[in-house]
Amino acid sequence: MSLNVANHKVCSWTQDYDQPASLATYTAHGGYEALRKILAEKTPAEDIIAQVKTSALRGRGGAGFPTGLKWSFMPRGYAGDKYIVCNTDEGEPGTFKDRDILLYNPHQLIEGMLIAGYTLGAKAGYNYIHGEIFEQYESWQQALEEARAAGFLGRNILGSGWDFDLFAHHGYGAYICGEETALLESIEGKKGQPRFKPPFPASFGLYGKPTTINNTETLASIPWIMRFGGQAFLELGKPNNGGSKLFSVSGHVNRPGNYEVRLGTPFAELLDMAGGVRAGHRLKAVIPGGSSAPVLTAEAMMACTLDFDSIAKAGSMLGSGAVIVMDDSVCMVKALERLSYFYFEESCGQCTPCREGTGWLYRIVHRIEHGQGRPEDLDELLRIGRNIGGNTICALGEAAVGPVASFVKHFRQEFEYHIENKRCMVGH
Amino acid sequence: MPLIEIDGQQLEVAAGSTVMDAAQRAGIYIPHFCYHKKLSIAANCRMCLVEVEKAPKPLPACATPVTDGMQVSTRSAKAITAQKGVMEFLLINHPLDCPICDQGGECQLQDLAVGYGESASRYQEPKRVVKDKDLGPLISTDMTRCIHCSRCVRFGQEIAGLMELGMPGRGEHTEVMPFLETQVSHELSGNVIDLCPVGALTSKPFRFSARPWELSRRRAVSPHDGLGANLALHVMQNRVLRATPVDNEAINECWLADRDRFSYQALTAEDRLTRPLVREGERWIEVDWRKALAQAAGALKVIRETHGAEAIGFLTSPQQTVEEHYLFARLAQGLGCENLDHRIDQADCPNLPGAPWLGMSIAELGELDRVLLIGSTLRKEQPLIAQRLRQAVKRGAQLNVVHAADDDLLCKVAHKLITRPSGLARALAEIARALAEAGRDLGAAAAAVAAVAVSDAARAIAASLLSGERKAVLLGAVARQHPHRTDLHRLAQAIAAASGASLGMLVDSADAVGAAVVGCLPGPRGLGAAAMVAQPRKAYVLLGIEPYLDAQDAAGMRRALQASELVIALSAFKGAAQHYAHVILPVAAFAETDGAFVNMEGRVQDFRAAVKPAGEARPAWKVLRVLGNLLDLDGFDYDTAEAVRRAALPEAEASVRARLDNSPAAGELRLPAAADGLERLGETPIYQGDMLARRAPALQATRDSENAKLCWARGDLIERLGLTEGQPVRIVQEGGESVMKLGRDDRLADGVVRVAGAHPLSSKLGPRYGAARLEKM
Repeated sequence: MSLNVANHKVCSWTQDYDQPASLATYTAHGGYEALRKILAEKTPAEDIIAQVKTSALRGRGGAGFPTGLKWSFMPRGYAGDKYIVCNTDEGEPGTFKDRDILLYNPHQLIEGMLIAGYTLGAKAGYNYIHGEIFEQYESWQQALEEARAAGFLGRNILGSGWDFDLFAHHGYGAYICGEETALLESIEGKKGQPRFKPPFPASFGLYGKPTTINNTETLASIPWIMRFGGQAFLELGKPNNGGSKLFSVSGHVNRPGNYEVRLGTPFAELLDMAGGVRAGHRLKAVIPGGSSAPVLTAEAMMACTLDFDSIAKAGSMLGSGAVIVMDDSVCMVKALERLSYFYFEESCGQCTPCREGTGWLYRIVHRIEHGQGRPEDLDELLRIGRNIGGNTICALGEAAVGPVASFVKHFRQEFEYHIENKRCMVGH
Repeated sequence: MPLIEIDGQQLEVAAGSTVMDAAQRAGIYIPHFCYHKKLSIAANCRMCLVEVEKAPKPLPACATPVTDGMQVSTRSAKAITAQKGVMEFLLINHPLDCPICDQGGECQLQDLAVGYGESASRYQEPKRVVKDKDLGPLISTDMTRCIHCSRCVRFGQEIAGLMELGMPGRGEHTEVMPFLETQVSHELSGNVIDLCPVGALTSKPFRFSARPWELSRRRAVSPHDGLGANLALHVMQNRVLRATPVDNEAINECWLADRDRFSYQALTAEDRLTRPLVREGERWIEVDWRKALAQAAGALKVIRETHGAEAIGFLTSPQQTVEEHYLFARLAQGLGCENLDHRIDQADCPNLPGAPWLGMSIAELGELDRVLLIGSTLRKEQPLIAQRLRQAVKRGAQLNVVHAADDDLLCKVAHKLITRPSGLARALAEIARALAEAGRDLGAAAAAVAAVAVSDAARAIAASLLSGERKAVLLGAVARQHPHRTDLHRLAQAIAAASGASLGMLVDSADAVGAAVVGCLPGPRGLGAAAMVAQPRKAYVLLGIEPYLDAQDAAGMRRALQASELVIALSAFKGAAQHYAHVILPVAAFAETDGAFVNMEGRVQDFRAAVKPAGEARPAWKVLRVLGNLLDLDGFDYDTAEAVRRAALPEAEASVRARLDNSPAAGELRLPAAADGLERLGETPIYQGDMLARRAPALQATRDSENAKLCWARGDLIERLGLTEGQPVRIVQEGGESVMKLGRDDRLADGVVRVAGAHPLSSKLGPRYGAARLEKM
């Protein structure tokens, strides 16, 4: 099905066609129509922001911040340059959705960034692409060339007199560069580490200029909203959770992959789409929103619908929509050791609690996993976590604590067993 | 202004200030490590977390702007929990080596750990070890102690202007290190020792020599440049073991140049003079003071009686105290001698109407909008003045440069004219002419520059000087030492007057202003320093100088002294004195005498001796006093340095202010012609400026000192002369020659060879800015 108000696939619809990434496929199904209309009618920025607000589009990168509200923070009468930045630094373990947009639907992202650039009065836009994905970087570059040749980018776009251009910036793979201000530092050629806020990017962003940073999927949703209206987008999902969303399902399912479903869809349906849990095994736990999100038990997760509010109520986060499914073969201590190592390795080292604390957490979990745990370790992990959370410059500290606290909370027995018996409770 | 409440105290604070600023105003201490008043905010240590009402998380006081009605608790349970949590993290990987750490006893981490740490660590895992780094001869490293506050890195970026330290690596692997295994070479690098809140960066010369609590701190004033940086000398058992800065916003802020910090090492140099020496034939005999002084006075009397007082020359260093300068002048005058000068490194020693000075306060330098810097190797002359100008440029000032080398000032230079030393006057004439073309009145200088063709760069500099509010035209040490000094001065004055700028001299010696104020200058019929070399005297009295190094024309000075009948040297160090002197009187060095310096802005800063003089050495003012008595001169009966100072400056600083005047010598401007052929650029290297710096082993081991040993030429010149970089080359000047290794520096002006003055390797060469030849060995 095409880009169509009746199709809930907002970002992944091109995958139903032979050449999903081509400009021809995109324009044949109404691509760039929204931009053309806006430029022809000189739609006021306030009207566009109003549509985005109505749509209840919330940031798809993990934080779920209302996009329309974020856009409204950009200073209006500002005399200097402004920028729009797309965050495709998709480094969160479990997340692999944005790369598919670059690979299969790059033009919708380009159109989204153009509309954002127009709305926010930006001079140019940058797409920061994760350092470990290359094919996607090429695909996006190729799409930019196509769009430029067709007059969608550069000077006097579609004869409107408006100039705007987009550039790709390939990162080097550091997870921390997905944090928006570290991302800005990295584009500027500096060491990728977060800035303290305030000032926020809307007032002091890229090169010190007002900047809006949105996730890839967020920006790619904009053309749909402008084409069919904010209300239609809202109705795809549920109140305060507008639209559809890509879910990256990984782990012990039969058909791992990306699935775009309406927000508010029961988790059980997504699990079915992914082919269900491996035969002979039971669902044990799910991390619903990327590795930073607290883990939920099978029962809690099966009671959830896939939207920001439902999962928050269950004690976790929808996050980036990376659903990590674990069946009963998983040793939760081993799983946590792997996650803790990731945050220890990816901490930028700038601020004390995260630099020192993530290593401490990892080393304790590592000890437990290797049969050298002590009874006091579990409370110690929670205590250290409390000293990290909320005391750091950026959210990586909290992201590192989320798994530790939730694993210990929901699977404490398994940890205690490990400490006491110096081996795994799960036989494998 | 926002009204806020901190720990129940209400106060109004300026909009835009941070919670940390406000707390300091209220006298409330918030623990911190990365925050430093002179550096940008990093907010990375997290030690200053405080509770702010309505904020969900604790906020860093250093980075949180105040808002009206804000309520802050720095000691609430939430704040203390956060602070203690951060302290625990800081300590888990910090070594417990306080007993062998030089920072122990003055360590911010140690101090705060008492308040915020636990008595035992809960950390049971292996600790981190970090490889130490070689940062050169001044800074010692124990990198395992580093807490990653990034102060040292920010200092390099923001204050020094050169990022020699960085923090590569991520997470636990983050390490402070110099790039590509190079060392740290900046002339302000020692400040990172003070900035480091732990014992990661400590003083290498001081390493393991004392504990801080064993040291008594005595205030002093640095004797090395015209700034008069305030410092504390740390003394144990009558030995100065280190120097640290004392905050003075008006002068050195909280910084010290490495020269100020490490030159104390010279106090125990091997060639310290500890007993008076007199020459008998070819032998030197140690004698007591009575005999030495009697011999000195007697010999001076004989010279005066046989050849007249005009046969004597009095030369002093500009780094002596104002009391010593005063008594030295009185001694010469008392003997009826007018040959008196402190400008030993100048080729042109004019009679000036007053004492040259900065023309403004030091602090005002940082507020300038437009600057024309003439003939100054500023970073190496006065590192902290360069720093002030760097801050001005960061704020948007335009710095324009006229010099013989395009040295990196580590800040943006708006426009520049780089020309050989003999072309500096012409370059200034172009700027003056450009101002005239823009309709400005050049006064008496107009005629001399009327025919000068104006280059684009000169026009750009003139345009720069015609814009902006606060402006200054500043003459540096090269301009001062230059044979065209008077003409450069007149041109600079014309440019300053025509552009509405203030004229200033970057006075580069501790008491040059004081020496001029108290009259250490030739009388109306007397000879200046250069003339005393060109027209040798029968006798010389030298105070605090090493003539073969300090003189403008080392070879000429050597000839003059060797031909004389009597040289009386008052010096703290032996140096080469036994080659030329007849009586050597050991005097107290810096830190061993009471006194005062008058700095470049005319500020009188007095100080007390921090230690007793070495051996039998006596403060020079006391030696001069006795000499005066022995020569039956009036007015030499002073009991204290203060009494001398009261006589020298009866109205204290007002006496100085009354004499400050930057007018050039009377007379017409003549535009000197630029020379052909190679010219020497013979600045005084940063660590060769005075007896102390020359004898500080740590300073002599720096890259700056290594650079001073080379003869520098541009690549095209090296090629043209068929020379080889890195090989020895013979430098030939009229009156002397020398062999040095050849270095390549493409920043030099065409036709320039840079051969340092005041250096043992060049002490047989002639004038510092004279013609020179390079010959293949």
